[in-house]
Amino acid sequence: MDLAHISTDSHINHSHDHDHDHEELSWIQKYIFSEDHKVIAKQYLFMGIMWAIFGGAMSLIFRLQLGFPNASMDWLQPLLGDWIKEGKLDPEFYLALVTMHGTIMVFFVLTAGLSGTFSNFLIPLQIGARDMASGFLNMLSFWFFGLSSIIMMVSIFLETGPASGGWVIYPPLSALPQAVTGSGLGMTLWLTSMAFFIVSSLLGGINYITTIINLRTKGMSFFRMPLTIWAFFITAVIGLLSFPVLFAAALLLIFDRSFGTSFFLSDIYIAGEALQHTGGSPVLFQHLFWFLGHPEVYIVLLPALGITSEIIATNSRKPIFGYKAMILSMLAIAFLSFIVWAHHMFVTGMNPFLGTIFMFLTLIIAVPSAVKAFNYITTLWRGNIIFTPAMLFSIGLVSFFISGGLTGIILGNAAADIQLHDTYFVVAHFHLVMGSASFFGMLAGVYHWFPKMFGRMLDDTLGYIHFWISFVGIYMVFFPLHYIGIAGFPRRYYSFTGFDFTRSFTDLNTFVSIAAIITFTAQFIFVFNFIYSIFKGRKANSNPWKSNTLEWTTPIHPGHGNWVGEIPTVYRWSYDYSKPGASEDFIPQNVPYAHTPESNLPNEVDPVAHKH
Amino acid sequence: MTGLLIGIAAVLVFAILLLIFRIQTLVNVMKGSYTNRVNSSNKFHALGLVIFMTIGLGLFFWYSSVATEHYLPKAVSEHGVKTDLMFWVTMSILCFAFIVTNIFLFVFAFKYQYKENNKAFFYPDNHKLEMIWTVIPAIVMAILVFYGWKEWSEITKQEPKDAVVIEIMGKQFAWQVRYPGKDMTLGNYHFTKIDASNEFGVDFTDKASYDDFMPTELYIPKGKPVLLRIRARDVLHSVFAPHFRLKMDAVPGMPTKFWFVPTKTTETIREELGNPNFNYEIACTEVCGRGHFAMRFIIKVVEPDEYKKWYTEQKTFVDLNKDYVLTKAPKELIPLIGKDNPPIDEPKQTLFPVVDTISTIADTTQKIKL
Repeated sequence: MDLAHISTDSHINHSHDHDHDHEELSWIQKYIFSEDHKVIAKQYLFMGIMWAIFGGAMSLIFRLQLGFPNASMDWLQPLLGDWIKEGKLDPEFYLALVTMHGTIMVFFVLTAGLSGTFSNFLIPLQIGARDMASGFLNMLSFWFFGLSSIIMMVSIFLETGPASGGWVIYPPLSALPQAVTGSGLGMTLWLTSMAFFIVSSLLGGINYITTIINLRTKGMSFFRMPLTIWAFFITAVIGLLSFPVLFAAALLLIFDRSFGTSFFLSDIYIAGEALQHTGGSPVLFQHLFWFLGHPEVYIVLLPALGITSEIIATNSRKPIFGYKAMILSMLAIAFLSFIVWAHHMFVTGMNPFLGTIFMFLTLIIAVPSAVKAFNYITTLWRGNIIFTPAMLFSIGLVSFFISGGLTGIILGNAAADIQLHDTYFVVAHFHLVMGSASFFGMLAGVYHWFPKMFGRMLDDTLGYIHFWISFVGIYMVFFPLHYIGIAGFPRRYYSFTGFDFTRSFTDLNTFVSIAAIITFTAQFIFVFNFIYSIFKGRKANSNPWKSNTLEWTTPIHPGHGNWVGEIPTVYRWSYDYSKPGASEDFIPQNVPYAHTPESNLPNEVDPVAHKH
Repeated sequence: MTGLLIGIAAVLVFAILLLIFRIQTLVNVMKGSYTNRVNSSNKFHALGLVIFMTIGLGLFFWYSSVATEHYLPKAVSEHGVKTDLMFWVTMSILCFAFIVTNIFLFVFAFKYQYKENNKAFFYPDNHKLEMIWTVIPAIVMAILVFYGWKEWSEITKQEPKDAVVIEIMGKQFAWQVRYPGKDMTLGNYHFTKIDASNEFGVDFTDKASYDDFMPTELYIPKGKPVLLRIRARDVLHSVFAPHFRLKMDAVPGMPTKFWFVPTKTTETIREELGNPNFNYEIACTEVCGRGHFAMRFIIKVVEPDEYKKWYTEQKTFVDLNKDYVLTKAPKELIPLIGKDNPPIDEPKQTLFPVVDTISTIADTTQKIKL
């Protein structure tokens, strides 16, 4: 193949593919049941944002309860109806809110909204593919998520309330409607919804993996892939291996609930009667749940870290430091994520010897995580940093990742975990390292790739305001929770007035709630910016951040098929920023070494360079 | 009416903000600041990050020092003192890492902000550096794991033979405790035997049940090992006694346990804190439904002598529920009801027996069985 045809300007080269892109599709095929990965990505994004607003709003209601325990909630009655009685939030509804907030944020926002959006959007664009391996499966994947969303949404409006046993839905609480009303129809719908969600995740994951393995453009070897793609790839593999286990757990729980089996239930006396269940083990469910639950943390986090790697490198105008170490640490994290699950269960009564093993394995995971953090920091060192909103969110992510990740070292220590398990210390830990970090990764991704998604720019000023309020706000919300946690305040408590040891910190709880309200409200700056800019934003040029990756070689509004004409060939890795000798501070992946003799390192020659 | 006014005000505020936003955009277009690679805001954000870090760390140090009395109640168990030490040792290492890495992050961001004629340093990797910062955390983790493992094994090892055994049971939404009585043996139980009077499901075909008693507070002797046999009868609960650094789930169908040695009586701690109303408490830390936040139970730590006295004064369940037990007791055990000193088997142990060689051997065999 002649190199001239596949260099940067190949997109003006009209090929036979061209006509194919302009085949007329009906509106429904184009925007509703679309098989175009870019449209599906946007569908995931819109759905994710919608769920984030719901999930966030729920947290505000319970933050009001915690921060202002004596305030009347009558004004919420038009919204919540009978869940407010005599100005007080119903304690069961409080639990339902906590449960739904967790479920929505972990699964619908940070799994579907994050992976779904960016894996779909970036995989074909960054590896140089026309679309996903199977557009149809991809469409199915989104609509299974849609179905799952609808079912979960319906459950919120049930008279008996949605599931309310915590997002971990430990039986027997989640199995017995006598124990809490949310375990009635609400839990049935939760399980149904999650079953569809798992199907959606699996379909998506299979597609991501297949696409990355099979559809990379010429020259895009594994070690030339941007770290985003590596992150999505590893995430998809983790998801594929762990979600089926949650499915199994959910299925067995359904059997216990509806068909009288005793997988998780035993020796129960409730509501005046002894149940017939014997021989089951509630701890078994916890093992199954956390076998997904812990990898899930990395399913949520790794894509955000991938996005951050890309954004930090681009905006530091430097190669990501330790590209291979980044990949290795992600692989190590992925592997370890499967063998640390029982650190959530040190005090569940499982054999203490297991605790020892899991403590050992858990603390190992700190090593690759530390490597990642150090590599981000070193990438900034001697860079030429441009603070785009995406860059600020990425730096914020790294800060959250460090601050929240470190406390994991204490929680992973079984002996220290005795006191801290299920207290606000855990809440602080995972909201920083998993919640906020991933959320910032998602926002960073939106700010960075918005021009590619919609051909327009988000407004910078609003982006900056959004960043500063969110960044300061999130620290103000979650940092104080460490103190409350060390003091022993248990999670999922409706009120702290019942105990002497939880009498203090009322002022701090109020402070946290106010910070949460401000932070949540600030997100509407983003929502406004997002919607406004889709229609009225400044028009983007083809490579606004002067980035190396392939997506910026597509037309500003890429059609179905992404590239007009041939797909560009890749000649180099994606991190040739500020290469010594080069005139520009970036060299896109599709520029052959033959074009850049002034900056090539000794070993950098095109495999077919002699042709030139 | 006020609602309407607030609504109108909100709309107006929104309109004003929108207008400002629009004007600012147009001004930027006029100034041409969009065509520059970076504008003045780049400096602002670089500085902002450092200022945020400085103020943030300041607040962190300030609050950590003023709030000390609130955020860690004194440990009053032998293992608790040790895990507290471990917590603070680990915490110091973490705080060091937290401060240093965040400083690097924000200071680098500030120092290497975009400058027109600068070019970033092409620095793709450095194996030596990467090796160093892989190995150092690995060593620190190895030390922490070893430290944690030592403490954890100590806490979870077999309880001493002379431990005071008490059963604690979680139900929606209360804790209940059962003492073995004079024979030092808890009677059998089964969940099918639970009813409104017999909350524990105590089996009255077992002779050992007849002297069990269920007080409304958990009395324990200072300085003696106490073994809690933990169970739940409906859903998961978790025994959490924050002052004793004690937590263990209560699982229906799977009894669990936790043993510890209390080191301070309630009286002593009340004097120390200058709070005559202070009580050690048990809370529930596994979400269990509506009343999860209100499962309070009081622990009273007393001197061993006082404990012995209190123990012998307790009325047994049978004494308090004669009619009920009559309906459950098998014929041969009916004579046990209503006697102040029912003839009982020799107690397996006295209240605080001296550990002798035989029991140590028994201890070992029990371990092997496990």
